[in-house]
Amino acid sequence: MSLMDNLPVLVVILPLLATPLVLLLGGFGRAWAIATVACWVTLAATAALLQRVSVEGPVSYRLGNWAPPWGIEYRIDLMGAYVLLIVVAIAALVLVFARQSVEKEITAERRVPFFAAYLLVVAGLAGITVTGDAFNLFVFLEISSLASYALISLGRDRRALTAAFQYLVMGTIGATFFIIGVGFLYMMTGTLNMMDLAERLPEVADTRMVRAAFAFIVVGLGLKLALFPLHMWMPDAYAYSPSVVSALLAATASKVAVYALLRFLFTIFGLEFALGDVPLDLLLMALGLIGILFASLVAVFQENVKRMLAYSSVAQIGYIVLGISLANTTGVTASILHLFNHALMKGALFLALGAVVYRIGSARIQDFHGLGYKMPWTMAGFVIGGLSLIGVPPTAGFISKWFLVTATLEQNLWPVAVVVLVGSILALIYVWRVVEAAYFIKPASQGIDQAGDVSEAPLSLVLPVWVLAAANIWFGIHTDLSLGIATRASAALLGGAP
Amino acid sequence: MVAIAVIKQRNLFTIAMLTGIYSFLTAGLFMDLDAVDVAFTEAAVGAGVTTVLMLSALRLVGSQQRPTRHPAIALLVVGVTGAALIYGTLDAPNFGDPNAPAHTHVAPRYIEQGPVEVGMPNMVTAVLASYRGHDTLGETVVILTAGLAVLLLLGIQSGPEIQHNVSAMGRHMVLRVMVKLLLPFILLFGLYVQMHGDFGAGGGFQAGVIVATGFVLYDLVFGEGNLRKVLPTVWLTRIAAIGVLIYGGVGVFSLFAGHPFLDYSALADDPVHGQHLGVLLVEAGVGLTVFSTVLIIFYAFSGRRRQQ
Repeated sequence: MSLMDNLPVLVVILPLLATPLVLLLGGFGRAWAIATVACWVTLAATAALLQRVSVEGPVSYRLGNWAPPWGIEYRIDLMGAYVLLIVVAIAALVLVFARQSVEKEITAERRVPFFAAYLLVVAGLAGITVTGDAFNLFVFLEISSLASYALISLGRDRRALTAAFQYLVMGTIGATFFIIGVGFLYMMTGTLNMMDLAERLPEVADTRMVRAAFAFIVVGLGLKLALFPLHMWMPDAYAYSPSVVSALLAATASKVAVYALLRFLFTIFGLEFALGDVPLDLLLMALGLIGILFASLVAVFQENVKRMLAYSSVAQIGYIVLGISLANTTGVTASILHLFNHALMKGALFLALGAVVYRIGSARIQDFHGLGYKMPWTMAGFVIGGLSLIGVPPTAGFISKWFLVTATLEQNLWPVAVVVLVGSILALIYVWRVVEAAYFIKPASQGIDQAGDVSEAPLSLVLPVWVLAAANIWFGIHTDLSLGIATRASAALLGGAP
Repeated sequence: MVAIAVIKQRNLFTIAMLTGIYSFLTAGLFMDLDAVDVAFTEAAVGAGVTTVLMLSALRLVGSQQRPTRHPAIALLVVGVTGAALIYGTLDAPNFGDPNAPAHTHVAPRYIEQGPVEVGMPNMVTAVLASYRGHDTLGETVVILTAGLAVLLLLGIQSGPEIQHNVSAMGRHMVLRVMVKLLLPFILLFGLYVQMHGDFGAGGGFQAGVIVATGFVLYDLVFGEGNLRKVLPTVWLTRIAAIGVLIYGGVGVFSLFAGHPFLDYSALADDPVHGQHLGVLLVEAGVGLTVFSTVLIIFYAFSGRRRQQ
């Protein structure tokens, strides 16, 4: 087998096996270097894999050379490769940022395990996107979740511990529900392989057990992706964790959970069962809409910018779920596209925030006064990310909002379209509060920031912010890659043939 | 009954003991279902190590639970979940029905071909380590992650405050003699379980736990200093990492040999022989990682109490 044939497994085992290397070789600098090299090589492999999937169609890989369904199969289709690209690209960029940020925020003896856990999150998330086996997905879900609980708890604020514990409890309930559902499916079909499940489920679809399995899996994944009202863990988890961790998780973890939900809804259970027999589409739509309005409103009143962005993430999940609930090609396209675009904007915003925290040690809005002039590059990156979040053309956020509104209008659901627009206005308000503080309010003279000392963040922090900010604009204008793949992926999902 | 007692109890020490009993009962249930390997794991992990870890945690926090509210919403959630579980199982295939899908689809090949293709009588090990070897690699990494998480959260004290030869329990002659007598057998049994996983019940997970329990026992009775001198935390972390590396290394080796990841047939000229060798190697990796992770967690708890 050539290198190309092994790409599907390489994207997982590179970060996975780099973890023990980090632990064995130790040292902060070396740990960072190993993690960074591993992530960038994985990124190259991911790009090659995406290219291959895009040309040849879904790629299957037999682990241990056992044919599915007896062995575990990796199966990468366009959507999987696309979400994988989001995860690995963000992880690689955040690592550039991480060197100095981690040095500032994490105590010396915890830095090596920090990078090990970071790699485990990446490996776990990557594994979820490539695997074609329902139980294997659970294993990777556990790896990434456990590692992220540990990472969140490292925040400097003591409340990070409570936040991590809350996430641990909610996340474990979610994972348990998921595995109960998978167990039920195994009882009814005798298989764990996703394609095999999809084939064998219709026969037994009209049983209570399959319906219960469906409910358990949806609720379990709903907890993981912070679907309103199961989002309670998210604001605290993102607000109190170290900057690097907020950026990584906000941009990738919930995306992968959405991916898993899409995979189960459309590939395994199938459109008719998932959104037809069970009135899940109405439920998802209602939860999505309430989520958008509620979380955006709460975000407006936050004093901590990190917390504000976390609530905004809950609202963005609302948009994504709304797109799924429409169950037409445009809606699902909008959702998949928003996975990508939201990763870009939240990545840029959380990294910019991380640079601010690096300099002033606070993320409270009143400490932002005058920052627009002291840290011009960082704050400009923040503003671009914010514009994208609101959905102003020509940013990437505009494209996904546009598709979402079009999709709702296609089904004559104009009240839903109004809610989407109201959500954008609320986003405008909360982003504006930061902009106002940074550019239009003179710092108070008793300033906590010892006015004057604050200067622009170092290059290694500003560069990733700007790469992402630029990506927000680039993918707002050149939509071939993001939109093209999203359209094809959603067509494949709804066509039932992944 | 035991579960209800756990919920009703306010004394955390009693609760820890009751959960141990609960695990043993579950293990018995698994035995009854002919799932020997699962029962073994449940007994070793659930009843053994978990209880010890809970007790070490209790030394940190005291053994009385503060009175808490009983939120109605939690009861509601539990009720709904239970109802959904019962609802779901109502039309499940009958227990022991040979025509149930779980027995007719993938299982026959594991049973019929397993001994031929993988070459070992214990088909549970064959499924775990070979057919679904990638899951087991993942689980090993989960164990490593747990150890890492504990390290990151608690850190491990290793300073002058560790008192050598002072046992947490005082000096009990009887205990000391008994532990000295038992220890070689515990370790030997651990090794047996490790090496014998492909023939009888057992394997790396159980063996790692058993050997670690032996170390923990010694540590509890003879004081902490000695164990930490022999096995410092740094080394435990390294051993855990090496365990994962061995497992992953086997996979990477088969990659370089031109086979898919984790195809043990690549390890020897004869595929079945290669399978056997591969399973032994990965079980060794699992054993190392489990062993050192259990000890890491134990160190983290037992090292902390002197901080108060």
